[in-house]
Amino acid sequence: MNIHEYQAKEILKDYGVAVPKGIAAFSVDEAVEAAEKLKSEGSTLFVLKAQIHAGGRGKGRTKKSGSKGVLLCKSVDEVRKGAEDLLGDVLVTIQTGEEGKEVQRLYVTDGVDIEQEFYVGVTLDRTCAQNVIMVSTEGGVEIEKVAEETPEKIVKEWVEPGQPLYPAQARRLAFALGLKGEPFKKAVKFIMALYKAYEATDASIFEINPLVLTPDNDIIALDAKINFDGNALYRHKDLLELRDITEENPFEVEAGKYNLNYIKLDGNVGCMVNGAGLAMATMDIIKLAGGEPANFLDVGGGANVETVKNGFSIILSDPSVTAILINIFGGIVRCDRVANGVLEAVKDPEIAEKVKGVPIIVRLQGTNAEEAKEIIDNSGLNVISAVLLKEAAEEVTKAIAS
Amino acid sequence: MSVLVGKDTRLIVQGFTGKEGSFHASQMIEYGTNVVGGVTPGKGGEKHLDRPVFNTVADSVEQAGANTTVIFVPPAFAGDAIIEAALAGIKVIICITEGIPVKDMIAAKAAVDRHGATLIGPNCPGVITPCEAKVGIMPAMIFTPGNIGLISRSGTLTYEAVDQLTKAGLGQSTAIGIGGDPVIGTTHTDAVKLFNEDPDTEAIVLIGEIGGSAEEEAAAYIKENVKKPVVAFIAGRTAPPGRRMGHAGAIVSGGKGTAEDKMKALSAAGITVCESPAVIGETMKKLLG
Repeated sequence: MNIHEYQAKEILKDYGVAVPKGIAAFSVDEAVEAAEKLKSEGSTLFVLKAQIHAGGRGKGRTKKSGSKGVLLCKSVDEVRKGAEDLLGDVLVTIQTGEEGKEVQRLYVTDGVDIEQEFYVGVTLDRTCAQNVIMVSTEGGVEIEKVAEETPEKIVKEWVEPGQPLYPAQARRLAFALGLKGEPFKKAVKFIMALYKAYEATDASIFEINPLVLTPDNDIIALDAKINFDGNALYRHKDLLELRDITEENPFEVEAGKYNLNYIKLDGNVGCMVNGAGLAMATMDIIKLAGGEPANFLDVGGGANVETVKNGFSIILSDPSVTAILINIFGGIVRCDRVANGVLEAVKDPEIAEKVKGVPIIVRLQGTNAEEAKEIIDNSGLNVISAVLLKEAAEEVTKAIAS
Repeated sequence: MSVLVGKDTRLIVQGFTGKEGSFHASQMIEYGTNVVGGVTPGKGGEKHLDRPVFNTVADSVEQAGANTTVIFVPPAFAGDAIIEAALAGIKVIICITEGIPVKDMIAAKAAVDRHGATLIGPNCPGVITPCEAKVGIMPAMIFTPGNIGLISRSGTLTYEAVDQLTKAGLGQSTAIGIGGDPVIGTTHTDAVKLFNEDPDTEAIVLIGEIGGSAEEEAAAYIKENVKKPVVAFIAGRTAPPGRRMGHAGAIVSGGKGTAEDKMKALSAAGITVCESPAVIGETMKKLLG
């Protein structure tokens, strides 16, 4: 699960990680109020940051006002102007795609002077099943680029399973940033606190980019990106409240309600599959057959009438879908039952209306596959059956061509 | 001969009396797997499916000679169930449970390694040696005994490949579903090693998917050590970066873990890579002549 920068910084602050002073705002008035408050506490420079679930905001532009997603403001008036430009406008960054994301929340922070920029990240290293902390002197740029071009500039420490991060490891990382004296001590403290927060919140990614050294010798997280392990959210009810559903694709949210795993893509052939691996393979088949997958949809183990109906509704809510491929490998689930489920779903008046002119190819394989094919072939409905994956692919090609 | 499970398997089911555990335990018994009992804390001494229920894994080892376990315990308790099995001296631990927190799996995997056990999964369909032992949730009728070893992260895609092999007249020595999570016990490379050393496995099918670098590591191992023919398929060529495709582990991040990279690494290691998932069976058939 993704959260906003201001939420991430609240969490970091709770664990003793240094972040700039900041206040979230949902309206222009609130943004002005926030700036006034920061001013009364001594701020002379403000940073106004659009809060969307995507990176690259500083280089991004809004569609209407052409404003950047991160603004440096020298006065409260400039904060007001910036907030007016940003709120309600759509911000397009390198990570949002062309459609961009509507700015609904802002974060007003104290403007921090920067002496030097660094990178710190925490994540799981899958190759050894240990958490890894990475630091780099190349802050403020994309870390993937650093990893690609100058991997020697990323220094890593792996945390032993079931153990805390050792101070010795934090010291090695702080030295790797070339720090000494007061900033060194603060960096060690920062890294220790950061890892503690990562571990305590069951996070999957912590990324502080940039981490900055100020002229006053402070070490502060200027930006923060946090992702949580979805599997562990059941034990963090407080974190669940941070979810911002407006940042997510509405179809995906809807699918989630039915326990369907759906991801919207840009293609023309919708698909419904049981199992994540087979679902990906089915998308690949669609591409090889000359189409483009319109979605990823894993209906899970129980492919019954209800799940198939809900699956249809969600796929068909995407107007670019011109054909649908259902690919179910019946193991414990019997194919004849799935076939009957599909037919019943297609007969549903609401779905029947929507599928007019959209060819449906149903590929059922596994237990009772032949019976299932017969059921579909004899149904008199406009549903094409297939048994082998190859046959299904050929039918997709035909459907797109027609 | 076969790998991991077979005639010598003495299986217990953790989460034996639960809905999933009960259903699949009865299916495994029906297949002929030697299920010697199950574990449900608090129900020790009872009988279930005509087998004894134990309070702890240690009891099942002591009293029923269990050497293998299959875990159906809910995700919040599954990490602990794995650790319990490792501490009790079980050497083959197969965890079906989906949705275990990564933090719990880091601890569980470390415990398994410390105690010299082998963990398969979690979030996997299990392991089957056709006609000897089925330890998991796969549909038994698609499997047939033979000499192809199969490794896959996913459930239904494994069935797809097995079905194609069986239809092509190629039986399986053992099929291992290693699971789709970011932290898993046995990796592609570990499974390749097992099959490479198994005299009854003549060829290997390796099915991977986007995310991580496990397939690239397996490719490097195969290049150096494996003479047996290997056919591979990587799912997820059409998956967009940054999106988790169902499996927690299936995500292309920072330009790493793409299907193209993996296919290139596998091809470079001399492995026959299928472009389409529809031709895994026939590709192997051609390769073996």
